[in-house]
Order: sequence, then structure tokens, then C-alpha cells
Amino acid sequence: MTAQSEIAPARAADPPPDKPRRARNQKVRKLTRTDLIVVSVMVAVPTLLVLVLVWFPAVATVALSFTNWNGIGALSSIKAIGADNYTNVATNYPPFWPALQHNLLWLAVLFVVATPFGMFLAVLLDKEIKGSRVYQTAFYLPVIMSLALVGFVWQLIYSRDQGILNAVLGTQIDWYGDSSINLWAALVAASWKHVGYIMLLYLAGLKAVDPSLREAAMIDGANERQAFFRVIFPVMRPINIIVLVITVIEALRAFDLVYVINKGRNGLETIATLVTQNVVGEASRVGFGSAMATIMLVISSIFVAIYLTIVMREERQK
Amino acid sequence: MTDLAVRPARVWPKPPRIVLHAFLVIVSLGWIFPIAWAIYNSFRDYSYTAQNGYVSFGGFTIKNYLNAWTQGDFGIHFWNSLVITAPAVIVTLFLACCVGFVLSRFSFRFNLSLLAIFLAANLLPPQSLLIPVYRMFRSTELPFWLSDSGSLLNSPIGVILMNIAFQLGFCTFVLSNYMKTIPNEIYESARVDGASVTRQFFQLTLPLCRPPLAALATLQVTWVYNEFFWAVVLIQRGDKLPITSSLGNLQGQFFTDYNLLSAGSVLVMLPVLIIFFALQKQFVSGLTLGATKG
Repeated sequence: MTAQSEIAPARAADPPPDKPRRARNQKVRKLTRTDLIVVSVMVAVPTLLVLVLVWFPAVATVALSFTNWNGIGALSSIKAIGADNYTNVATNYPPFWPALQHNLLWLAVLFVVATPFGMFLAVLLDKEIKGSRVYQTAFYLPVIMSLALVGFVWQLIYSRDQGILNAVLGTQIDWYGDSSINLWAALVAASWKHVGYIMLLYLAGLKAVDPSLREAAMIDGANERQAFFRVIFPVMRPINIIVLVITVIEALRAFDLVYVINKGRNGLETIATLVTQNVVGEASRVGFGSAMATIMLVISSIFVAIYLTIVMREERQK
Repeated sequence: MTDLAVRPARVWPKPPRIVLHAFLVIVSLGWIFPIAWAIYNSFRDYSYTAQNGYVSFGGFTIKNYLNAWTQGDFGIHFWNSLVITAPAVIVTLFLACCVGFVLSRFSFRFNLSLLAIFLAANLLPPQSLLIPVYRMFRSTELPFWLSDSGSLLNSPIGVILMNIAFQLGFCTFVLSNYMKTIPNEIYESARVDGASVTRQFFQLTLPLCRPPLAALATLQVTWVYNEFFWAVVLIQRGDKLPITSSLGNLQGQFFTDYNLLSAGSVLVMLPVLIIFFALQKQFVSGLTLGATKG
């Protein structure tokens, strides 16, 4: 990062702002033959990898969702059946709507509880207080753990016979097993991890905010809360949007935690576990599973697009 | 910080500060509790806790760790994790350096779209790619010396490939941004001296990128080690699973003994805890470097 400031003066002397990039970077045409081959390979290998392992499967999933393939027959036996799979998913597959609800609830809890709480902690820790580092460490300790392990660790709290929660409350509730509450139990565990991550992002965001902004607001008679919500929060717009996107994608991807608890059944169905069950499980319904996978893809691509717009705008400004 | 010298020797914190600290102490203790609870009980004898309940003190032993290690086949699973994590992280970082280098040094018309292809791939839900990837891997035949299942399915190579494909975007983004801050004059003089692109890459760019590479390596080791989904669906043989994905299997083996289960959890946690405390600075700077990981 220090190098940035060093080259800034040199860049200021450059020709008009729309040109410096071309002046700064080497043009491909000027390369020797060997260099050109090296450069091409350097880009081609990773690009091919991503195209073959991510983008091709994504497109194939969308295509398969309009077919009746059962996964066993040859590729030539695939028949297009229009939007039948989607109709089936919506009308003829009982777990679908509950699963979608679970994903939405997941999103709502992360968005309404975990994200604001993470932001709140960041605001508190951003003040110059003693031991800020120690508190921070405590909050992002769960961030370094896998969601699978999070599910495992919380089992010691939730267990019906041996969990501390029942011991303290004097109850006999099977927190992970009872289908009316296990989603909430899982959400507490998921939020536990999410809060630390959001705190970290906002701490970085707050450090980047010009402190004079806040001072100016305070001089103008704003109290601390007003200064935050009216001045600082809007300035952190890029971080806010990134956090929004991360939260949505996290909620959509909800898989590891519920899979570790009970393979995503009995109250813990999410779209991701349904897709997996339809493909890997006993019934291999490829077209049908693909239809649900496509729904996931469509929702996530909206937010990926928002995210890319922000990032690319910043890239272009550099 | 700056007014330390002029401050009176001892000032009691103002009441709101005390409230703030009390709040933070309580919340952070609550935050650590699940981990602390697991560590605490992992050192206790099952028969003791069965008799006195979990809310008690005493019955300390390290037997649980020995039992968890042998019953859960931790040796094999840790080895599997290493076999997947080490190559995945090294290849990801190397390939990301390659793309980052080209993106930051040369002007293509499609520079930005290329970056977008990598970055977006990072955020797609892996489950939605499962079907084609699964079929593709099953029909890709490999020689037996490379994979004893004869295909990419049930082979660590398949999991390594998916990890690379998913992590490349984030690493490329961070590295190309960092490489853009390297002054062009350095390359200019290298070119004048007749250094080829290969030499520029290996002798100029890579050594200069040590800070972001350290941060990314820390982060990537944790993420790949923590990766759950691809290993679970692409590897069906229990003894081939990396440690994170074998958690589900352990559950059945430890079904009533929660002290054993605690010891198992702590063992799985240990590598990331060590990395985290040893390289905390790299870790945190890595997470906020791109502020983009999904």
C-alpha cells in the first residue's frame, strides 16, 4: 500500500486521466514471440480452469433443468421437456416451499440480527478503548472455524441429555432434533460465526473513514448516533453493499451447518440440501435437481452482478 | 495516544466507559463460551460427568484425546486434509499470481471482463454446479497411479481442482490490485536490460508480492482446510475424506460420549487455531484486503 503513495506524484504528471493506463502498461503487440506465448499461457491455464470447472457447469445446469434426464442413460437419451421440472418443483415437491422459507428466514436473521450486531460491535471497538484487540480476537475466533465444526461445537450446548442449555434451563428439549425449533438453534450457531466476520469488515471500513467527517458532524451539534447514521454510515456505502451481498450469498449457500446436524432433513431443509439430495442421494433426478439449482443460480447471480458493478466501478477509478 | 504525557497520573474511566467495558467483557465471554466449553469438557472423564452432570468441576483426564484420535482415525483424515490443502493453496496462489501479473502489466481490451469471470465464479453457490461437475468427474478417467479410483471422483485431485477453481477469483483480485501498486519504472529498467516476461515475473513481481502472498496463504490454508461441501459430495469413501468433511462420520462413532466428541472438535479446531494465533496479523489483513470473500 505504501507504494501507492510513492507513485502518485509521478502519475499526476501523466497526460489526461483517460490515458495513463495505456501509457503505464505495456502493450501486448510490443512483446517478442516467446514473451507472447508465456503471457498467453499465464492467462489461458487459469481461465480455462475456471471456465471448465465453474462456468461450463453453471450453463450445463441451466440447460439440464429443461430436460428429463435421470442421470443413468446416455447423453443422447436426454429429452427436452420445457419447464415441466419447474412446475414439478413448485407444485409437486412438498419440501421445496419449506426449504425456500428456511433460506429466507436464514437471510432475515443474518440480515436483521447478526449483521447489525456485528456492525454495532465494530462501532464500539473502533473507539480507542483498552484491550480492543482482545475483544476483537474473541469475536472473530468463530470466523476461522468451518461451519461444519460450528455445528459440531454447538451440539455440546444443544444436546438433549448432555447439553448445558437443558442443564441450565432444567428442560428436556432436543434443540437440534425438534423440527419446530432446530432451525432457530442452527441460526444462533450460524449468527455466532457471521457476527465476527461482519465486525471485521466494518472495522476495516470505519478505519478508512476520514475522522474529520465525524468531528465536523459533532461540531454541527449532531450526537454520536446521528453522526454515525447520517454521516459515517452513508460514506461506507461500498462496504455496506459488499456486506449485503455476502449476507445474501451466505444465506443462499446455507449447507454445511444443517448437513452436519442431520443432513438437512426434518425441519432443516434448505435449497442447497435438496439439490444435493436429488443428485447424490438414492433418487438421482438430474433434471429436477437442476431446476432447483438454477433457481439458486438466478438468485445469486442478481447479487453477484450488484457486487461486480461496485467492484468494477472502483477498479475503473483506480 | 499522543496526550499520554500531559494526562494526570491516574484517571478513573468515566461511567459510560465502564458500561462499555462491562458490555464488551460480557459479550466476548459469551462469544468464547462454546469453544471454551468444548475445551473444558474434552479434558473430563465421561463417567465423572455422567455421574455429576456437566455443570460440575473435576474428573480431568486426557484419555478422550487418545480415544478420539484412534476411534476417529484422525491420523488418516489429517493426512487427507494435508494432501488436499497443500497443493490446492500452492497452485491457487501461483495461478492467481500469473493472472494478476498479466492483468496488472498488460493492456488487453478484455482485462476487466476477465477479472469479472474470475470474481463471479468465486461467489456462485457450489451446490448449483454439482450435477455437471459430478458427471464430468465421474467420466474423466485417470491412470491408477494418479488416482486409485480410476477417475476424478473419489480422488483428492478432484477436490483440489474445485478448491482451486473457487478460490482463484479472490486471490487474483487481491494480487492484481497489489501488483498495480508496483511502480512501472522497475519493469521499464528490467525491459531495457533485456529481461524476458518470465524473468520479470519470477525475479521482480513474485518477490515484491510477499506481503499479500503471506496474507492470502494464511487465509487460503484455513478456507481449504475448512472446505466441506466438495469433499463430501465428490468423495464417497469414508477413509478418503479430509478431516472437516469427516465430522459427520465421527458423530455416529461418538454418539453418546460428548466428552469424546469435544476432544474430537478441539483436535479439528487445533490447526486453524494455531495458524490464527501465530499469524493473526496476516489473517486479519487478508480478510480485509479484498473485503470480498463470500
